[in-house]
Amino acid sequence: MASWLRRAGATKPEPWTVTSEREEQAVANGLSRVPWRRFREPGIRGHQAAAGWLFIAPVIVILGLFLVIPILMALWVSVSDWNGNGSPLGANAHWVGLENYRHLLTTPGLDQSNFGTSLRNNFYYVLLVVPIQTAVALFLAVLVNRRVKFVGFFRTSFYFPSVTSSVAITILFLFLFSPTGAINKMLSYFGATGPAWLYDPRGLFHVILAQFGVSQPPSGLASGMFLGVSYWDWLAGPSIAMCVFIVMAVFTTSGTFMLLFLAALQNIDESINEASELDGATEWRKFRHITAPMIRPMIFTVVTLGIIGTWQIFDQIYVGTKGSPLNTTLTPAFLSFNASFNSNEWGVGAALAFILFAIIVFFTVLTRLLTRNPDRVPRRRRFGPTGGGGKRTLRSRLVTTVIGAFR
Amino acid sequence: MNAHRNIRIARWRIALPVIAVCALAVAVGAAVGAPARSNAVTITALIGSSGPAETFAVNNAAAAWSKQTGNKVNVIVASDLGQQLAQGFASGNPPDIFYLGNDQVATYAKTGVLAPLDKLKNVNSFYPTLRTAYTYNGHLYAAPKDFSTLALVVNTASWKGAKLTGKDYPTTWAQLASVAKKLTRNGQVGLCTNPEFHRLGVFMIQAGGWITSKDGKKATVNSAANLKAFNFVKSMIKAGSMKLTNQIGAGWGGEGFGKKQCAMTIEGNWIAGAMKADYPTVGYKVVQLPAGPAGKGTLQYDGGWGLAAASKNKTEAMALITYLTQTKVEMGNAKAFGVMPSVKADAKEWKKLYPQWSAFLDGASYSRSIPTIPDVAKVLGDFNTQLQGLPNGDAKSILDRVNQELQAILG
Repeated sequence: MASWLRRAGATKPEPWTVTSEREEQAVANGLSRVPWRRFREPGIRGHQAAAGWLFIAPVIVILGLFLVIPILMALWVSVSDWNGNGSPLGANAHWVGLENYRHLLTTPGLDQSNFGTSLRNNFYYVLLVVPIQTAVALFLAVLVNRRVKFVGFFRTSFYFPSVTSSVAITILFLFLFSPTGAINKMLSYFGATGPAWLYDPRGLFHVILAQFGVSQPPSGLASGMFLGVSYWDWLAGPSIAMCVFIVMAVFTTSGTFMLLFLAALQNIDESINEASELDGATEWRKFRHITAPMIRPMIFTVVTLGIIGTWQIFDQIYVGTKGSPLNTTLTPAFLSFNASFNSNEWGVGAALAFILFAIIVFFTVLTRLLTRNPDRVPRRRRFGPTGGGGKRTLRSRLVTTVIGAFR
Repeated sequence: MNAHRNIRIARWRIALPVIAVCALAVAVGAAVGAPARSNAVTITALIGSSGPAETFAVNNAAAAWSKQTGNKVNVIVASDLGQQLAQGFASGNPPDIFYLGNDQVATYAKTGVLAPLDKLKNVNSFYPTLRTAYTYNGHLYAAPKDFSTLALVVNTASWKGAKLTGKDYPTTWAQLASVAKKLTRNGQVGLCTNPEFHRLGVFMIQAGGWITSKDGKKATVNSAANLKAFNFVKSMIKAGSMKLTNQIGAGWGGEGFGKKQCAMTIEGNWIAGAMKADYPTVGYKVVQLPAGPAGKGTLQYDGGWGLAAASKNKTEAMALITYLTQTKVEMGNAKAFGVMPSVKADAKEWKKLYPQWSAFLDGASYSRSIPTIPDVAKVLGDFNTQLQGLPNGDAKSILDRVNQELQAILG
């Protein structure tokens, strides 16, 4: 029996009441454990190790060729002065140490201020997109988890933006948010004049502050600089143009994450909800004290996937604005591409990519720390063999629940 | 006997396909081998095309050269020229020849991916300013194929509507400001153009300024003359008679002009194609830009053919470049998509062909190209970014910032 079910407080299922979902659960858990044990068994089944390696060899070759080797080469480029002429492993590239990283982080100049600006832009993008998309996805999942008419239709339509090409959606949004486009036309029916959207570089926080009469930076904020960007500009918030991309990200990704939440919600045993209803719990209390704790691992998954995805935003920017207006939609991923392919600064571009990688890892670990279940016993203090580690349980649960979601 | 015949039939059944396959192989071999000469090579040409007309014209010219020489040309239309070139250089297997803008030539030449073209046969037929625009460290790194200059494009209906005549085309800044004011009516702004150095830079030249000193060693972006130029632009924006395209939501000057958001714009000769294709009902006239305090001035954009240092067929590739930049081909291109030939001898014929656009060619005598400095495109990119904030920003601080950046790459 899977440990997560015990943790969640479910009763032990009787053998004759095993549902198809639980069956799959058992299979998934079993599969992840059984071959591992056999693997170490000596004797008659010893040769299975070789067969195992043989079976996973294609994947190892593919991953090595297309993932590990390119990453190692990029790492080398980031500490070299390769200028794009010939192979980076050839005579044209020389070791320069951390020069490229220093160029971005500590040397004042155009590259540094572009990097600082891109970090600022992307930070506000993540800050707004991740909570909103998680909340919207959870809300949609709760809605379509009910037994209502046409639920299949709603599930499909909410998921639809996620399967559409991001380039197509970006172009659609370019038209919608054109200064004379549908959105502004609609606003005009209500007597409002919409901004120029993708051409408007004003920061959201600056716009709000201007409403209160603060349109010039206080003396302390204008002069101080960090990464080539003044403190006042760090506090600008996402530009109006960036807000369009924020809306777009929420629109396109909420469907995907709704699916994950739906999977988690369908895994909650109905009897728990019934029990709480008998105890007189309201809808909100049920959500707060039963649903939310039980889908906590899924919330972590969604937030983590959201953080990774949003820090890597590239194609929307490449197709949509290429960083304009006033660099307020410039992102590190796009800047890395631009530095490499257009400015021929391959080392700087690669260094930027690795800094971005570090940022993503940092925020992922931070999320993990923040969403960790405080009641859980640390792994090293568990009794007995620690076969079903948290990660594996989570993954196997993911697989089975996603499959079950559309049943 | 019967059995024997069966076996014979069976043998035939095997033999027939074998013979058929052999025959086919011979035929294919003959077909493939026949027209190819032993020393024929294939030249790859990567182009960034402005549209089907240009693609068609380049393909035709390449096919004609193929017929003449027996060598093959593989024309590839890039969707992102810079990126595809970079991939080619990195792989060590770049296209043999490719389009090369003059703002990129120094960046590439510095890394050693370009082969010098000093020994091109027709090197002396080009405009000297065009040769300068492609010269880095004393070597010519691209063969100019065509060029464009910026001029003032005027909506004729708006011009008449504002009771302006053929005598009123502005020749000074004061006149430009005055006609722009008169043209600002009926929801139309007088003048609009991109918030870019690549457009507004014309005012810098007209004011006597430039981004570098004469010897090209010192950045002079924040000079008094340049400040005067941008203050003039700002004064027109403040008066409401001029708007930058980001203020009216147009992608570029041609779009704002075509959609009748503005009555005048500063654009190059590529606007002719856009007007014909997208806004055929808008009548317009092209006149020379007005002179500033220091006289006339405009910016020039150059297209050229570059040759890869890693090309294995440099001799043939150079022959192809010579062919593609000769009078006949360039005039064919001019007819097909309206570019101005890089060969000086063609000027008269071009003017006869396009009298309505002669203002563009007149600009050639006083125009300037972007200086060949490695990474200059990056600095000018930031200049453009900063100019987006010109209406609400301070011209001096923008110029100071760009000056510092330019000085940094000049060393």
